[in-house]
Amino acid sequence: MEAQSTPVNYLPIIFQMIVALGFVVVTMVVTHLVGPKRKTSDKLIPFESGIESIGNARQPFSIKYFLVAILFVLFDVEVIFMYPWAVNFRDFGWAGVIEMFIFMGTLLLGFIYVLKKGALDWE
Amino acid sequence: MSQSLFYLIAFLSIFFSLMVIFTKNPVHSVLYLIITFFTFTIHYILLNAQFLAIVNFIVYMGAIMVLFLFVLMLLNLNKDTEPAKSNLLKMAGVVAGMCLLVTLVGSVKALNVSNPVVLTNPGLGLVKNLGKVLFNEFLLPFEISSLLLLSAMVGAVLLAKKEA
Repeated sequence: MEAQSTPVNYLPIIFQMIVALGFVVVTMVVTHLVGPKRKTSDKLIPFESGIESIGNARQPFSIKYFLVAILFVLFDVEVIFMYPWAVNFRDFGWAGVIEMFIFMGTLLLGFIYVLKKGALDWE
Repeated sequence: MSQSLFYLIAFLSIFFSLMVIFTKNPVHSVLYLIITFFTFTIHYILLNAQFLAIVNFIVYMGAIMVLFLFVLMLLNLNKDTEPAKSNLLKMAGVVAGMCLLVTLVGSVKALNVSNPVVLTNPGLGLVKNLGKVLFNEFLLPFEISSLLLLSAMVGAVLLAKKEA
């Protein structure tokens, strides 16, 4: 017995996205139209936590952010593999649990390695 | 209805991919790339490949784009530090581009129109059916992919940490 579905079943999601986007657009446009506008030079400067802004934002910055991002991608891929497993969880039984735990165990080793190396320490 | 929707989405994908190339600001071009990936997600749903659609949405639109943005931030994007390209380099670029164009045109000309592939089982791309195949026939490649992810993790840490 196979699962059946067609692209039409995604229609509610499209509606939800239209509503979400529409809410954002309508709110932004309406606040621009309704609210009063007083433009002074002080108001139009870039706001940086009340401190005068220095330089620009286009600076090369630390590799640590990149490392966190790349680890996030790897664990994201792991979660993606868990999705078809979770949907079929009952059909697979214990064999499926063992298969998945081998997969997750390998990645857990990687996670322990990352923690031991202190890759996520921020100093 | 489905066909006109396909043409609309295909037009949007091509339009936004061209915007990725033609915008001057690299950050804008990454944002256009996100929209391009989103149109690809809709393509996958139209093809009834729902698992691929979800993977595309979560991994590509979510994670890979964050990575792209971080790569951009590692670069120095200030305009004044951009080195001017020499004329020789520009000529080399033109020659290389022309070679690519000739190859592409030649290969397109050599193409034959094949019969359209008809999917015997339209439910093939659904998450449940795909999971059954993945955890039975393709179990070994799946487990080996965990080693691939592990090596990627170790490699990233080794490259990024100074005292390896």
